[in-house]
Amino acid sequence: MANDGSGSDIVRADSSHGADASPGTAVIAADAFENPGLPPHRERVTDLDPKADRRHERVVSLLFYLSIVFSVAAIAAYFAIPIVENDPWSVRLNTLFLGLSIAGALLSIGVGTVHWGKALMDNAERVEMRHQTRGTEETRARSVEIFQEADKESGFSRRSLLRNSLIGALVAAPLPAIFLFRDLAPRDNDPAAMLAHTAWKEGVRLARDPSGTPIRAADVTLGSVFHVIPEGLEESEHYLEEKAKAAVLLMRLKPEDLNVSPGRETWNYDGIVAYSKICTHVGCPVALYEQQTHHLLCPCHQSQFDIKQEAAVIFGPAKRPLPQLPISVDSEGYLVAQSDFHEPVGPSYWERRGDYDV
Amino acid sequence: MPSPQRMPSSRRPSRRRGRRSPLATVVLLALGLVFTGSSYALFTATSAGDAATAASQESIDHGQKLFAANCATCHGMNLEGTEAGPTLLGVGAASVDFQVGTGRMPLANTGPQAPEKPVMFTEEDIQAMADYVASVSPGPGIPEEEYLQTTGDATRGAELFRINCAMCHNVAGAGGALTQGKYAPALHGTSPKHIYEAMTTGPQNMPVFNDANLTPEDKRDIITALKYQEEAPSPGGYELGSLGPVAEGLFAWVFGLGAIVALTVWITARSN
Amino acid sequence: MTTTSDTRNDLRTPPRTQQRGVVGAVSNYVDERTSISGFIKLMARKVFPDHWSFMLGEVALWCFVIILLSGTFLTFFFQASMAEVEYDGSYVPLKGLEMSAAMASTLDISFDVRGGLLMRQIHHWAALLFIATIMLHMARVFFTGAFRKPRELNWVIGFLLWILAMGEGFTGYSLPDDLLSGNGLRIIDGLIKGIPVVGTWTSYLLFGGEFPGTQIIGRLYTLHILLLPAVIVALIGLHMVFLIVHKHTQFAGPGKTNDNVVGYPILPVYGAKMAGTFFLVFGVIVAIAGLFTINPIWNYGPYDPSPVSAGTQPDWYIGFADGALRLVPPGWEFVLFDTYTVSMNILAPIIAITLWIVAVMFYPFIEGWITGDKREHHLADRPRNVPTRTALGAAGIVYYGAMFVAASSDLIATHFQMSMENVIWALQFVFIVGPFIAYFITKRICIALQKKDREMALHGYESGRIVRLPGGEFVEVHQPLDEYERWRLVSFNDYKPLMIRPNARGQISPFERVRAVLSRWFFEDRIAPVTRGELEASHGAHGHREGANEPDLHQSELATAGQGVGAPPHTKP
Repeated sequence: MANDGSGSDIVRADSSHGADASPGTAVIAADAFENPGLPPHRERVTDLDPKADRRHERVVSLLFYLSIVFSVAAIAAYFAIPIVENDPWSVRLNTLFLGLSIAGALLSIGVGTVHWGKALMDNAERVEMRHQTRGTEETRARSVEIFQEADKESGFSRRSLLRNSLIGALVAAPLPAIFLFRDLAPRDNDPAAMLAHTAWKEGVRLARDPSGTPIRAADVTLGSVFHVIPEGLEESEHYLEEKAKAAVLLMRLKPEDLNVSPGRETWNYDGIVAYSKICTHVGCPVALYEQQTHHLLCPCHQSQFDIKQEAAVIFGPAKRPLPQLPISVDSEGYLVAQSDFHEPVGPSYWERRGDYDV
Repeated sequence: MPSPQRMPSSRRPSRRRGRRSPLATVVLLALGLVFTGSSYALFTATSAGDAATAASQESIDHGQKLFAANCATCHGMNLEGTEAGPTLLGVGAASVDFQVGTGRMPLANTGPQAPEKPVMFTEEDIQAMADYVASVSPGPGIPEEEYLQTTGDATRGAELFRINCAMCHNVAGAGGALTQGKYAPALHGTSPKHIYEAMTTGPQNMPVFNDANLTPEDKRDIITALKYQEEAPSPGGYELGSLGPVAEGLFAWVFGLGAIVALTVWITARSN
Repeated sequence: MTTTSDTRNDLRTPPRTQQRGVVGAVSNYVDERTSISGFIKLMARKVFPDHWSFMLGEVALWCFVIILLSGTFLTFFFQASMAEVEYDGSYVPLKGLEMSAAMASTLDISFDVRGGLLMRQIHHWAALLFIATIMLHMARVFFTGAFRKPRELNWVIGFLLWILAMGEGFTGYSLPDDLLSGNGLRIIDGLIKGIPVVGTWTSYLLFGGEFPGTQIIGRLYTLHILLLPAVIVALIGLHMVFLIVHKHTQFAGPGKTNDNVVGYPILPVYGAKMAGTFFLVFGVIVAIAGLFTINPIWNYGPYDPSPVSAGTQPDWYIGFADGALRLVPPGWEFVLFDTYTVSMNILAPIIAITLWIVAVMFYPFIEGWITGDKREHHLADRPRNVPTRTALGAAGIVYYGAMFVAASSDLIATHFQMSMENVIWALQFVFIVGPFIAYFITKRICIALQKKDREMALHGYESGRIVRLPGGEFVEVHQPLDEYERWRLVSFNDYKPLMIRPNARGQISPFERVRAVLSRWFFEDRIAPVTRGELEASHGAHGHREGANEPDLHQSELATAGQGVGAPPHTKP
């Protein structure tokens, strides 16, 4: 039999392979080539020449000895090149010498073993016969019979009340586990409501990240950018969680460059604008500010926002503009928030309503 | 104009170091009152530093000649700017020293941004042009030596670098992409002076980090951290350009998998 | 009675094996308690075929073993806690900074444990190579059709292993709680929040409150070192059991048929090669780990929600998901009934990835249905001999590749001096159109290669020897193939597309019609293997040329008489 046709669905090309050929028909020409059988075994140098055999044996044993040398070298390196506190060079040398000597030991064993297997072990190819994966007819018949006997003896089919109530019980049993997972997060909180608010509120000063010192309006010169957190954030119970929502970028543009939409006229202070730093796509910090184009770029997925147009998206996967934080100046000249953001910051979520878009 | 009330930074400063002292509020109030009066001067570059040294008239004259010959075509005879180049009024000596000292100016050809090139002028020529530009209209001066030392607080500098700079320049200072073909250059090999000047002047699309945002001490700390990173050896071995997972993945596929496939070919090859 | 006592006697003193000495005693001891001799008799002389691509799965297995070994070392030092501590270790630019215990302990492993950094780098490099070899192994199985009956289920197991390996990779990448992995987690958080209806709550429960919370590292750690490895080990075991049940596939060749396996026995040759492979793979990984930095968390610093680094990317195997997010054009988000937000800029990439993954998982069943092939296959196909499958595979690789490359769009932009916008636009085009182009080109290449094989089987190699015939004509002498060489070129099957046939009630269901159309598409443009008749005919046709130089061709010339020409190559069914 030629090719891989051991099954039944094979027709000879010259037989009638029209309508009655079964699906998946392999066509084998009547005069297809026959498998010529295994080519004659070729002897290796090591089979023919006892000297070569001994030479290869020496090479392999040498490799194994070399491996021992490398292993000892690794232990020596461990002691000879210790890690010294505050010295990165020592870490580098330790890593390097340990790594190279251990690698040498392992590679020598590997090369030696494979070479032994290839050059010195008997390399006559063996042939093993395959069997069909399916069981023999007899085995299959017997296994069906066993199930039938077991069914009869247990009454699994006959006693339908027993069977169905068991199935019901098995379905119900894992259900408590689902409820147990509820306490993965604290109770009595609505995550959607938490996402809608940040630490900003009326009168909170804008402060530098990470020092937390407040910023005067006069500090913010044209072309500069401040990375901002609410003043007093470090006192918060949930510092990182609040920072993850409240991070803000503060920039100053010429007032005539800003296209302010109705209702937002008072949100900037003399051209100083504050926008959420959290991308509206999946939440990376949109921190790259180009001071000439006034574009903000998110380094994760390349969404671009135009500060001149109230942070509208001009490129990339984000849809919504970055939320703007309304700001003004308090009596001491420090920048303060007028209120919280008027919409949730960060990526969209299912419960985020459409009417936020002011 | 450093703000004296600023506290040393850490991740949660007041948690560890106690609440702000009541005195700080008083100082803050006082300073606030002082500065409210000056807040009318919003559009002037409030953080213009003093030129480090008084420039000699000789140097200014020399600088003017050089400017007229090399820069005026684009920036105008009186620094007023043309369609080809921005005005240089108020950019200060620091800007000239950075732009010319890193070879970015004079511009060789137009592109998304001016790239770093071999420097065209001698130290004195650059100094002269800086003096001239600063003499026409004041601006940030060339930084003082004490802020260019690498003796600052590396921890604080590294944290400030991550917050203010790493999003464009990469945490290891390897540089990164900006929009429309622009890029933030790699910082390795840049001199402390040029790093400082870049922060104060905000060349091209880089924002300005004036002294109210990052004080001269902050800038010194950032320089300290950068130079530590540059001079200390990479503890783990070759850094693959410090480009992060992309470089690592590429290496794993090309060299790691390449070596392994080569070995499997050898393992399964027939022995002679 | 005597017989009974004899039996008892036998049970008390079993017959001694011939092996003596310590080895004999130990093996006797073990066998009498485990029946291991039967297992050895069954397994130890099993034959494995030799081909470099058959080693890839094994390399993946060894990578996993290396990951287990190095990972165990790391667990002895790592603290999976997000409790804030002040770092007081050896790395100067982080000294005195507040960070999570996870980050601080990872830094301590790197700087204050001898060989700790080496172990971290071994673990991480081995993880990158683990998934790379898995995918290369999958590609090998796909392109050689080794997933066909009876191996469909084993393909699915392997597929699950690939998914789990990516899960292991991602959970491990997040554990140090550094800036890079923290931003990666934040992206995952954003992705989860974008899932309709359940997203917000899923994220809330997963992070134990609002992002980042204080729970996630501990939870990922449990997944990373307990749940996922346990499932992976179980599935690898099952994968191996099926490998033994089915025996390995082999490439067609002289003496190799669908009913046998030709190769070397496990003991000793294959065992030596397997053990050697383990040491070689381990050695390569340790050498790389000793020489090259991976994931320098000291540069990234502890996680803080405000900073981010340029070039924030996941490890390469998650790159396709990150890239898919980058390929979305602006504005794909809408609000339903003014109440619910549907983030298509998140869902569309998830759908695109899911489609691809589901197609990969079910491909064996899909192809089996289209071809209607119910036979067992143990001979691996040469990719060119199944042009449609090979072309589909190439299309799938381009689809995946466009997403994968998009994940490094910013680095492509800086390193090839392009704008990132153009890179994204180009990749959006490749993502949509590329698979079709790849399909078409690959199929043509396959058919061209098949034609070349046919030519070679019929006329032999071009020897490069030009001969001038007595009539003044110049011809190139073709070196005929020997029968072993020829067999490699002609030992494949030609398939007929499915016929539409009415069912028992004499109707043809639309389902069957679709199947027949797909089958025609799958088998169109095929080339039949050369037959003896064709070979003889071709020699007959120019026997007067070649025969003059090649004496052994006379025989076939003689045999030509009366033989019909075999089936010519099909171009359309």
